[in-house]
Amino acid sequence: MRTSAPRWRCGLLHAADNMTQQPKRQGRRIRRFLASVKLTIGLLLILAATSIVGTLIPQNESPAAYVETFGQGLYRAMRLLGLFDMYHSWWFQVLLGLLTLNLVLCSWNRLPAVWKIVTAAEPEREASHMGAAPLDTFSRPLPPEDLEPAYRRLLSKRFRLCRSERTGDGFTLYAEKGRWTRLGVYVVHLSVVFILVGGLIGSLFGFKGFTNIPEGESVTSARSRDGDRILDLGFTIRCDDFSVQFYDSGMPKEYRSTLTVLENEKELFTKYVIVNAPLRYKGINVYQSSYGTIPPREVVLQFQVPGSPMAYTVPAPLHQRLSMPEARGSFEVTGYRSSLSFRGHQLGPAFLLRLYPSGEKEAPEDVILPTRFKGFDKMRKGYFVVSVLDYEERFYTGLQITRDPGTTVVYIGFVMIILGCFVTFFMGHQRLRVKISAAGRGSMVEVIGATNRNRQGFQQRAARISRLLAESL
Amino acid sequence: MTSSSVLSAVTFVFAGAALLYWCTWIFRNPALGRCATWVSLAAVAACTAGIVLRWVESHRMGIGRAPLSNMYESLVFFSWTIMAVYLVIERQYRTKTLGAVVTPLAFLAMAYASLSPDVNRTIQPLIPALKSNWLIAHVFTCFLGYAAFAVAFGASILYLLKRKDAEGTGWVLSHLPDVAVLDDLTHQTILLGFLFLSLGIITGAVWANSAWGSYWSWDPKETWSLITWFIYATVLHTRMVKGWYGKRTAFLSVLGFAAVLFTYFGVNLLPGLHSYAQ
Repeated sequence: MRTSAPRWRCGLLHAADNMTQQPKRQGRRIRRFLASVKLTIGLLLILAATSIVGTLIPQNESPAAYVETFGQGLYRAMRLLGLFDMYHSWWFQVLLGLLTLNLVLCSWNRLPAVWKIVTAAEPEREASHMGAAPLDTFSRPLPPEDLEPAYRRLLSKRFRLCRSERTGDGFTLYAEKGRWTRLGVYVVHLSVVFILVGGLIGSLFGFKGFTNIPEGESVTSARSRDGDRILDLGFTIRCDDFSVQFYDSGMPKEYRSTLTVLENEKELFTKYVIVNAPLRYKGINVYQSSYGTIPPREVVLQFQVPGSPMAYTVPAPLHQRLSMPEARGSFEVTGYRSSLSFRGHQLGPAFLLRLYPSGEKEAPEDVILPTRFKGFDKMRKGYFVVSVLDYEERFYTGLQITRDPGTTVVYIGFVMIILGCFVTFFMGHQRLRVKISAAGRGSMVEVIGATNRNRQGFQQRAARISRLLAESL
Repeated sequence: MTSSSVLSAVTFVFAGAALLYWCTWIFRNPALGRCATWVSLAAVAACTAGIVLRWVESHRMGIGRAPLSNMYESLVFFSWTIMAVYLVIERQYRTKTLGAVVTPLAFLAMAYASLSPDVNRTIQPLIPALKSNWLIAHVFTCFLGYAAFAVAFGASILYLLKRKDAEGTGWVLSHLPDVAVLDDLTHQTILLGFLFLSLGIITGAVWANSAWGSYWSWDPKETWSLITWFIYATVLHTRMVKGWYGKRTAFLSVLGFAAVLFTYFGVNLLPGLHSYAQ
């Protein structure tokens, strides 16, 4: 009933209603946008495009290198945008976060309806869900009552759910399988969330560092990549040995560290660590990363008098003043270089010696002893020709130490995404409807099928079943 | 008879297959079509023999490793997978014209492997980082993915051509399968490719975690494989938007294959851990 007076009131009320509706409608629109497939597509393409940029601009290089390439001004602008450590920049994380939100909202919206279909007790009967055109139609000489039990048996063997219903002029059999495959998509989406969350856990609570251990020594901590964090391992790693093998071509064949783990002074176990076979203990991973040489502690020298059979073998610890043979004075091994350059030539590993000849008139002499060239010292034309007989190569092993508590979560995500993709792409919810109607003394059989995936495969399967039904009785 | 000489000969079998598919398209002779399929099967068989021979050779040299670890071997394997995936699709969909677009890709990869002076064909022993069983799984799955995307690319090209001639009057295009069939073919092969690419990225990540301590380090090759993954994931989602499948799927499929090629070859031009370049 309308009266004239309240019209403006109705108008006001309507306006007031609109004002409270606006935020709600806006909210709904935003929610719809956040859950839309178009946003998914947009985000995926933006992530692809920005990732491309990150591969074209070298990441995490030194500022000097960047300034050289781009100039001061452009360098500052790019650094502000986070282009030099792009994948860890705030906006890249925001994009990933948005994708996750979009994913979760999409699934949240659609899952309840799908869950209802999957958990429904009876096979689907909706003819509208099935194709309008029957896959196959054939006639049989037997009446519907005789066909129905046999057909029901045949279908139940092939479809998990099978139900028969009496109709006016016969029976209709509904068969269905693979409803659960509709959940495949949600497993895939959940797996992406697992992977991203696992990655987040790793970056927040993980650690990436390195340590160098000379042979025979131990460490209890590692230093982080950027140098400002020390990780206390909670146990001790001792490097018992390091060995490197080369192919004939000079390419490395294997790097191997023999590491022993100790806790509270007690040896727990020893392991060979090579590239691809790390040591894992208490959530910490130790990887063979690099190596280097350190000066040996002792070298065995030979002092030979040229032109005579006299040759003296002298074991010489480094940095110790020792006497030369034949009381010629003393000498000291002053150093070791892993690769020495002499007058523009690369000599390779070499020891440095200082001779102190007896006799006040003679000054100390510096001698170079490359390990690869035994006759090098002949040039000096000294009383002795000194050469290196033997020495023990000492190494330090370069180990990468990491901890990533998120790895398990990510790996679970990996397994889920593969299984989820397989189910979603190649398995489907298959439904078959077989309508048996009386036709004279026999029956007319109509087979209709539907699937939500892999139409071709299903059609072949349905055709085979149909032929089986046609030929069975 | 070394494996590389066998594989060089196999290049000509691939060429023959491609030629026969073209002739089938031009002359519409079903007998030529059957011939093309047989020659393709022969190419796959001969290529398999070449790859196995290479494996045996490596054992004889005392190195004993799977023939999947340098540019040459990966190219040969790529040709093998393209041909194999194509033959499976051909059997499923019974279309020979697709062969005219896809088999030349396999031939080009083989030809580049056998004839290019930039490719090293000797068997080199593996450096420590490559000594892992994950290598076989990773290379295998990645290349199966690449091959499926190559077939999808071929189907998309045919789709885009056929769209211009829906009536089927032009003599070149009338022999092509229906637009709907091509679209379905593209979609199915992209699904296959996506599954294998995902497996490839995952096996790569697990391998990286056992070799270098990190399952993902945004290395250019890793990132580009993810970019490819993003593009094909977009394809899967465009199917859900009304009116967006068909032409957009085809364009994205072509774009995706460009990303595949960059992931395979292009990243060697960028610095990083992954270059095959020697």
